[in-house]
Amino acid sequence: MEIEVLEGVFDANEIIAKENRALIEDGGLFMMNLMASPGAGKTSFIMRTIKGLEGKVSVAVIEGDIAGKVDSERIAGAGVPTIQINTGGSCHLEAKQVNTALNRMDLSGVELVIVENVGNLVCPAEFKLGEDLKVMILSVAEGDDKPLKYPLMFSESHVLIVNKIDLIPHTDFDMERLEETVRKMNPHVEIFKLSCRTGEGIECWIDWLEKRIREKQ
Amino acid sequence: MHEMSVTENMLDVVLRHAARNGADRVTRINLVLGEFSTVMEASVQFYFDIISKDTVAEGAELNFRKTKLIASCSDCGSEFEVVEYDFTCPSCKGSETEIISGREFQVESIEIK
Repeated sequence: MEIEVLEGVFDANEIIAKENRALIEDGGLFMMNLMASPGAGKTSFIMRTIKGLEGKVSVAVIEGDIAGKVDSERIAGAGVPTIQINTGGSCHLEAKQVNTALNRMDLSGVELVIVENVGNLVCPAEFKLGEDLKVMILSVAEGDDKPLKYPLMFSESHVLIVNKIDLIPHTDFDMERLEETVRKMNPHVEIFKLSCRTGEGIECWIDWLEKRIREKQ
Repeated sequence: MHEMSVTENMLDVVLRHAARNGADRVTRINLVLGEFSTVMEASVQFYFDIISKDTVAEGAELNFRKTKLIASCSDCGSEFEVVEYDFTCPSCKGSETEIISGREFQVESIEIK
């Protein structure tokens, strides 16, 4: 006997993602899901973002890693509430883990929650967390050919951060080619070119982000 | 890489519907998998064989129906297959498009005894 099911495998995650959205909305918060491959500069980017928003927007961080707490210690050192999620081998964060973290954190006074996803350009793209904004980082050293290799991530992200632009003179990285490819799959993506090392381009990102947060408030 | 947790979710869906319909065994699971999804068929099969042990779905055949990446244009309304991830509408060159199929991973039906 054949039974019709018609149920999405990601539906269970998406139900919890909606609960997260409700928590975020009720708390008057703005949540950003930050995704990138290992070494693209996620933690440095968060540090720059916290610093750029200092005195303007209060930030909390949910830090997802397969193991360890190196990153969360680094971020907590910047004086913002930080919670570590160790996925224990899993290559992405799911809405449920973020839900637990949101419920455990003291979010009073917080305006922006940054979720640092596990370093990976494939799996995190499939899992909604209930975020307002999906931000991905591509670093120059990874090459401009990545959108065609990881199309879902590039097409799902609202913002593309091109990090480590200070390395461009030492590589064959073609910014025009990158932009052209990304815009075909994601015409409305916001692209920011910056260097977390030198600080170049950071201000532009901070101003844009602050504006988005204020718009929501 | 994320197929372990994806397969667990899939098995949950299958077992829930199997129990609801009083199944002794699930013999076949018909799945719809979009070509834009990052889920790998072989990997789902690998994990399924492990985690379905001692459930009514043990030994069930996984049947994947692949769907192409199809988008519709919000400007002119035409539907088109997205080739090489270029979402520009081939008819009117509009960039406001929406994915209709090709992203999904769905349990379409199960066959039970």
